[in-house]
Amino acid sequence: MMKSLLPQSQLRRSAAAAAARSSGGGAASGGADGAGSDGGAGGRAPAASTFWFLLHALCCLVSLFLGFRFSRLLFVLLFSTTALYSSTSSSSSSAVLRATTTTTTTTTTTTTTTNTITLSFAATANPPPSTSANYTALDSAASGTSGHTQSHVVVGRHGIRIRPWPHPDPVEVMRAHRIMERVQEEQRRWYGIKEPRQVLVVTPTYSRAFQALHLTGLLHSLRNVPYPLTWIVVEAGGTTNATASLLARSGLTIVHIPFPDRMPHDWADRHATENRMRLHALRVIRERKMDGVIVFADDSNVHSLELFDEVQKVQWMGAVSVGILAHTGTAGQPRLSEEDKQNMPLPVQGPACNSSGQLVGWHTFNSLPFAGKTATVVGEAAPVLPRGLEWAGFVLNSRMLWKEAEGKPDWVKDLDAVGENGEEIENPLTLLNDPSSVEPLGNCGRKVLLWWLRVEARADSKFPQGWVIQPPLEVVVPAKRTPWPETTAVLSSELLDTKQDQEDRRLSRTNRSSRSRSTTKRKGDVQGQEN
Amino acid sequence: MRWVLAIAILVAAFFFLGAEAQDARQGQQTERISGSAGDVLEDDPVGRLKVYVYDLPGKYNKKLLKKDPRCLNHMFAAEIFMHRFLLSSAVRTFNPEEADWFYTPVYTTCDLTPSGLPLPFKSPRMMRSAIELIATNWPYWNRSEGADHFFVTPHDFGACFHYQEEKAIGRGILPLLQRATLVQTFGQKNHVCLKDGSITIPPYAPPQKMQGHLIPPDTPRSIFIYFRGLFYDTSNDPEGGYYARGARASVWENFKNNPLFDISTDHPPTYYEDMQRAVFCLCPLGWAPWSPRLVEAVVFGCIPVIIADDIVLPFADAIPWEEIGVFVAEDDVPKLDSILTSIPTDVILRKQRLLANPSMKQAMLFPQPAHPGDAFHQILNGLARKLPHGDDVFLKPGVRALNWTAGPAGDLKPW
Repeated sequence: MMKSLLPQSQLRRSAAAAAARSSGGGAASGGADGAGSDGGAGGRAPAASTFWFLLHALCCLVSLFLGFRFSRLLFVLLFSTTALYSSTSSSSSSAVLRATTTTTTTTTTTTTTTNTITLSFAATANPPPSTSANYTALDSAASGTSGHTQSHVVVGRHGIRIRPWPHPDPVEVMRAHRIMERVQEEQRRWYGIKEPRQVLVVTPTYSRAFQALHLTGLLHSLRNVPYPLTWIVVEAGGTTNATASLLARSGLTIVHIPFPDRMPHDWADRHATENRMRLHALRVIRERKMDGVIVFADDSNVHSLELFDEVQKVQWMGAVSVGILAHTGTAGQPRLSEEDKQNMPLPVQGPACNSSGQLVGWHTFNSLPFAGKTATVVGEAAPVLPRGLEWAGFVLNSRMLWKEAEGKPDWVKDLDAVGENGEEIENPLTLLNDPSSVEPLGNCGRKVLLWWLRVEARADSKFPQGWVIQPPLEVVVPAKRTPWPETTAVLSSELLDTKQDQEDRRLSRTNRSSRSRSTTKRKGDVQGQEN
Repeated sequence: MRWVLAIAILVAAFFFLGAEAQDARQGQQTERISGSAGDVLEDDPVGRLKVYVYDLPGKYNKKLLKKDPRCLNHMFAAEIFMHRFLLSSAVRTFNPEEADWFYTPVYTTCDLTPSGLPLPFKSPRMMRSAIELIATNWPYWNRSEGADHFFVTPHDFGACFHYQEEKAIGRGILPLLQRATLVQTFGQKNHVCLKDGSITIPPYAPPQKMQGHLIPPDTPRSIFIYFRGLFYDTSNDPEGGYYARGARASVWENFKNNPLFDISTDHPPTYYEDMQRAVFCLCPLGWAPWSPRLVEAVVFGCIPVIIADDIVLPFADAIPWEEIGVFVAEDDVPKLDSILTSIPTDVILRKQRLLANPSMKQAMLFPQPAHPGDAFHQILNGLARKLPHGDDVFLKPGVRALNWTAGPAGDLKPW
């Protein structure tokens, strides 16, 4: 190939220099200079061979860096002017009408670099050759569009445009999220519940150590409900400031109702009191003619948001499946035999349906394995079980309770007639004359939408009032190297006493009097006496 | 008296406003679609045109299909289904004298490789052979030299009959089809392979398969931008820069780390379901500017983001694509995230309303059996809109407009 191009050596050299200069390759530009300087020395026969050798080496180096594009470019420059059509299968190309202009900031993932070549040649009148399956040819689009207006879309190789900082912009990400929120809101409006009804949440509560834990969890769940909501909180023992401040911080519509009786300490009585508190709330709803769907949310239960979507579908009274989580405490796990484990039904309370989706009965929690090992006192480390059917698994339409509501079914008892004689209201089915008209929700009870759990601390557990530490905690046991500030006499006498206590304890372990002394020294705490 | 009149006018105004408000509320979910040709998506072509179907021997259609039934499932199957639709359609006439349009059923895209891709190398000869047949057996071709005939050519670059763009441009449209109306999927402005008066149609996408993957419409759309497909075609374009004119590679390089873009080359089984959970679906060009992605995006309610310069979309005169999709120039791909996040929310909601219009979804599909308003009917509507035929359609006797020997020598061989 080299021999055949000998006569065109001058042309080739200048072409190489031109191409090398415009390509911007580092080695190429160095090579161009070398070629230029060599050009001056060329012409003499003994130096000719070395010259050709050097030129050959130069071209090899350039090809190494630029790849075959360089050689193709050479052919373009050479053969376009001579209007030759090479029928070789190697990289031959026709005239380039307008080489692709690419932006300077592009890189490709292959090793070749894109060049900002803005060469323009006169369009040849010849149509481009149709070489067989040669993807690497730079063919012109315009020569085929004779008679059409020039399209700015050029066929051929284009650079891959990459911006200098291809990373997400946080402002744009936030905008995208807002767009998605709006789209989802619109979706809910089209396909979701057509007329969302207000949700009335009835929660019996009382002030104790775990109240803040339970109410905070429930509060957060209710804040996320996308429907208008009113939270009716019935508090045993009268309303307290602690509860009121917790509720006020929620930002929800609260109806805080006091209930005169205090909450008893054993579970059976507690369940009964809670039932009475719920009835009291229902009476309030009836008096105030509040309209909506009533959900019984006990403060220690956990609710999924789908529950609130599902209860919108209730007509008069509905039942959902409740997962029963019998908290087993420490070592109170009932020993189950293998058959027991297999036969044990699921810990779910809810409606049971037949194959056509009608209510035929109720699933309840099987408490037999726990017989005798359940907790009797609140805060005892033993499983707490539900009784029969829990209120939490039922939802009511508040119009069912009103004295007069249009379409009120006749299988609903009047609320005044219920609970009059102090009878125990175990579950809302006692509100009905005919319990078979309850609607099963949540895909006929197949979806568990909330979980029933009772976790309590002992009734005498200490916790700071309102979970505010007032006055600030005192140092009980001094650290070894803390320099003691000069303090009041009271404090120093306490310190002496505690030091003495420690020594006493070390001397005699069974000295109960010193222990009781140390507990009485603490100020501001709720007194708790061990029985 | 005047008081009574005034009160009556006021009452009437209230009623009118109330009715309008109610309409607005009900109509909020979808919007009527009207393109440059007017509100024509739901037109009924029956009675507006008559089509005569040439009875070609089986070697042009049925035998090809029997040899390879995969032709019914690939994205070029529109030519076969159009034939079947016309055979039993109400616009068909058995009297060619009263026909407005003539249809030639030749399946040029049914010569498949073992892997299922159509080979276009024999298609020009096949088409030429069919035209020679109808020109000799019926007088209707010669009286107009094909100007009142239409052909369905759904291949990559239409009647240029090649899958490679440079080669297709080099060949140009088959010379014998110069006066005929072409019904094709390819559309790009100022391109050799799109002649004036062509009808652009969507590629075939199987309607039952898509209906089988519908998810409840209240599933919230939580993906912002979605795309599944190749970014680099390493087997055909090893150095890069040719495939998709570098646009797909640019999308990948700029946005592979962007959490708003759910893009990859995976083939997930939940492809259709994911599209229904996305707000925007990218429809960039590949080797050709069109793709079935547009049809899928429209059917699943995902706003198509079309990245293909100068593309002509299906039924462009009946469907106002600028109001439905988002067009991004290939040069602007690095700014794609800024462009899409800066679209106002009400514009996005309006696009979604337009996409939710059932007539829009129907117009993109080729269902079997045909429904009113589907792509078959849109093709017939397009043909009907070209009626009545102009003066240049029918040639004076003795005048010849076509050059029967033009084109590469290989095309002149009999098929």
